[in-house]
Amino acid sequence: MSSPMNFSTIEGRNVGAWVILLAFGGLAGLGGLAALYMEHNGHWVTGMNNQVVWGLPHVVAVFLIVAASGALNVASIGSVFGKEPYKPMARLSCLLAGALMAGGLAVLLLDLGRSDRLMVAMTYYNFTSIFALNIFFYSGFFSLVIAYVWTMMDDRVAFFYKPVAVAAFCWRLALTTGTGSIFGFLISRSAYHSAAMAPMFIALSLSCGLAAFVIVMLFIEACTGRAKPSPELLRRMRVLLAVLTAVALYFVFALHLTNYYSAERRDVERFLLFDGGLFTTLLWLGFVCAGSFFPIGLLLGPWAKGSRLLMALASAAVLAGGLSLMYVIIIGGQVYPIEIFPGKIVTSSFFDGVVSTYMPSLPEFVLAAGGVGIAGLIVTVVLWALPMLPDSHQAAE
Amino acid sequence: MSESFETSRRGFLGAAAAFGAVTLAPGVVLYARPADEPVTDKVRWGMLVDATQCDNECTACVDACNKEFGLAGHERPASDPQWIRKVKVTDRATGRSLSMPVMCQHCAHPPCLDVCPTGASFRRVDGIVLINRHICIGCRYCVMACPYKARSFVHEELTDQKPYAPRGKGTAEACTMCVHRVDEDRKPACVEACSSHNRVAMLFGDLNDPNSEISKRIAAVNTTQLRSEMRTDTGVRYQGL
Repeated sequence: MSSPMNFSTIEGRNVGAWVILLAFGGLAGLGGLAALYMEHNGHWVTGMNNQVVWGLPHVVAVFLIVAASGALNVASIGSVFGKEPYKPMARLSCLLAGALMAGGLAVLLLDLGRSDRLMVAMTYYNFTSIFALNIFFYSGFFSLVIAYVWTMMDDRVAFFYKPVAVAAFCWRLALTTGTGSIFGFLISRSAYHSAAMAPMFIALSLSCGLAAFVIVMLFIEACTGRAKPSPELLRRMRVLLAVLTAVALYFVFALHLTNYYSAERRDVERFLLFDGGLFTTLLWLGFVCAGSFFPIGLLLGPWAKGSRLLMALASAAVLAGGLSLMYVIIIGGQVYPIEIFPGKIVTSSFFDGVVSTYMPSLPEFVLAAGGVGIAGLIVTVVLWALPMLPDSHQAAE
Repeated sequence: MSESFETSRRGFLGAAAAFGAVTLAPGVVLYARPADEPVTDKVRWGMLVDATQCDNECTACVDACNKEFGLAGHERPASDPQWIRKVKVTDRATGRSLSMPVMCQHCAHPPCLDVCPTGASFRRVDGIVLINRHICIGCRYCVMACPYKARSFVHEELTDQKPYAPRGKGTAEACTMCVHRVDEDRKPACVEACSSHNRVAMLFGDLNDPNSEISKRIAAVNTTQLRSEMRTDTGVRYQGL
């Protein structure tokens, strides 16, 4: 990277920094204890069952992974698309992307029935499984993000900067396609099995990843005075976040419209859109209103200009909306019964034909929060140890 | 003298085995495979369920399966495994009801096998879909992917597992078509239990053998594969739906 900008570590020898470290470390530790509790007792201590086999930990894990991919936006816009205002934040963008990915994967791993078999997962591959391919996408993502930061920090390998940036950009698109395809390839459940899942996940990753970055950036600025965005960067991010949020909303709209048009999927769509109780509420109030229209209004209205508070509020709303949507996708898609005998009234001892219930238990909440803790811990420690942030007066220029 | 006796004894046992293959299971000709011979794709094991003969109140097949594999529940129906269940299907327009067992359909193109990241889900060449519990990581993607809701995840500690059916907390499981019995030329427990009733609703046999009773029945009557639009090519067929 040819920029003469100076980067340095943050000052960690103060009470505030230790409080933040302890808070994230505590969350991560509690998450680990929750995982141990679940592993020791079995998954019956969770709200999951044989109808809803992926619960809150999956919701948060997939959300973190999706946000991780999108958190790399800022670096990509600066390097691949050559937008100078973004370049000072590129290292932080890479750091956050890697940290969110680590948090998400940790939750995913610790929620396995046999999380002790990590080596099995790393050595036995069935290449028709998108899960197996995603293991490569996720580990490759870490490698590329590290290489990406390396080319930014070390002038000797700076000539690799552009190729690595392009590779990371393409890789994360493939990665999010793979994550969306976990659901897109599920032919058995009427709420899933759609090619629109992949682009919808990409759109969601772009909006939620940028929102996560904005919150982290503004939080660091508030705490340390570092990572101070220039007015130009703030303006661009404000507009970009609004556009990406609208794009995500569009894909969700297209998916549900397409499904509703098909008679075989109308029942499940009617459930999600109108009769699904919590899921309907989360979709309309959580994602559409609070997570899309509200932040778009905040970001594009005349009141938004230069307001960091409104920017943070809008970003938080986008994240809350994205998490709501993920809950609707993962849990809502499972509670609706598999239609083995379409159009018939079906009953059995195994809850056939019945809308199932799912109530996350405390260990699930704690494990999910542990993923956020791991991500926060990584960001905090790396900001202490490595020069990831530009000197404040330069970044704001 | 003793060698001659040995030879004749082997000949007798061979003849008895061949005879037994025909007569031990009347109407169902099983392929008598010696234990050291690999499984072959010359056979494809399958079942035919006659929903018109299945009594709504009867749970003999479910009880037999639970007994065979020690599937004792923990009084938590939502998370207790079920390998086979009786499903009551009622037509909305006519009110006509049918009852039938639904279990792993032992598909030729199983979605559970496609999604399994480690290859723990596998299909024997004779059509029986199984799970290698030693490399199952408990991701539950197969439970998500099964179009027949046939797989369960073991939510809690198990004790007293059967030596022929390894099971364990944190792994997925499903009907094995009683592979341990099939390899000994016996019928699956559910089919055997059903056979002991007046109204026999389950038939087991080789779908590849045109002379097997199951093949003859499938050739003669209209049968259905569940969710046939998915083209999973199930090994379990239904009559009377």
